[in-house]
Amino acid sequence: MDRAQVEEKMTELLVNELGIPKDKIAMGASFEADLEVDSLGVVELLMALEDTFGVTIPDEEAESIGTVGQAVDLVLEKLQS
Amino acid sequence: MSRVALVTGASRGIGRAVAERLAADGYRVAVNYHTGSAAADEVVAAITAAGGEAMAVGADVGDGEAVTAMFGAVVERLGPVEVLVNNAGVTDDDLLLRMTPEAWDRVIRTNLSSAYLCTRAALRGMLKARWGRIVSVTSVAGITGNPGQANYAAAKAGLIGFTRSVAKEVGSRGITVNAVAPGFIDTDMTGALDDSVKEAALPAIALGRFGEPGEIAAAVGYLASDGAAYVTGHVLVVDGGLSF
Repeated sequence: MDRAQVEEKMTELLVNELGIPKDKIAMGASFEADLEVDSLGVVELLMALEDTFGVTIPDEEAESIGTVGQAVDLVLEKLQS
Repeated sequence: MSRVALVTGASRGIGRAVAERLAADGYRVAVNYHTGSAAADEVVAAITAAGGEAMAVGADVGDGEAVTAMFGAVVERLGPVEVLVNNAGVTDDDLLLRMTPEAWDRVIRTNLSSAYLCTRAALRGMLKARWGRIVSVTSVAGITGNPGQANYAAAKAGLIGFTRSVAKEVGSRGITVNAVAPGFIDTDMTGALDDSVKEAALPAIALGRFGEPGEIAAAVGYLASDGAAYVTGHVLVVDGGLSF
């Protein structure tokens, strides 16, 4: 899966699972400040990422995710490892 | 498709009554047991005979790995758990000065840690579905205290704090978290009490009798229903007027 595909799936997931309007989603958007995802929402996002991409994201690595782009980076890294 | 309910400690007593009640209300029910395999099969047979659907699933709900395996088995056979009833409970009574660390740990683990483990396992599916009902069976002992039950009362009081905290965490996702606090109910657990203790308890009960397991199951059934959609973080005392 390449970056564009991960970005597309990530966008789909944010719209469908977290109910975020598609036009607000940008790779530089911050989950908390721009997309208004609360702390439980971040946990839900991680669960959805694990289910969608078949990866495991340990809690300590999850803390580094601030923006949509960073989530894409982490998923790509996990898919390649 | 009807909803899936998992009732822990459902091979007898209040748990059995809850399982039968939820099945009668149309849920497909997972009947958890720890040691009472034959009794759990009997509950499943009774539910099936009444036209319901149920499965028995063995697990020590105080053990994280066993809980994971239990949820795996239930999800595979019935689907994601939408209603969780944390009912499993044990007593190991003694005056605090004589209470062993083992008796303390066992009661905390089975009555309280089990709710942590099972609720965490159930929440994943509930969050996805944006709907869920968690009902924990606590006890009047957790509100008023009871001599000889420091471990049990601590675990049951812990369940109340747990219920209210989780209710605040997941309320925005359509999941309600409540508790039912029974008083003296006619089960094996109270059957083990001395007659003198039971006789001494009766005058304190406004309704003048012990409750039936079905009377607790009715309260759980209400909290699990759509009718209770706006009730969360609540402890519903069902004790015949023992504690007010």
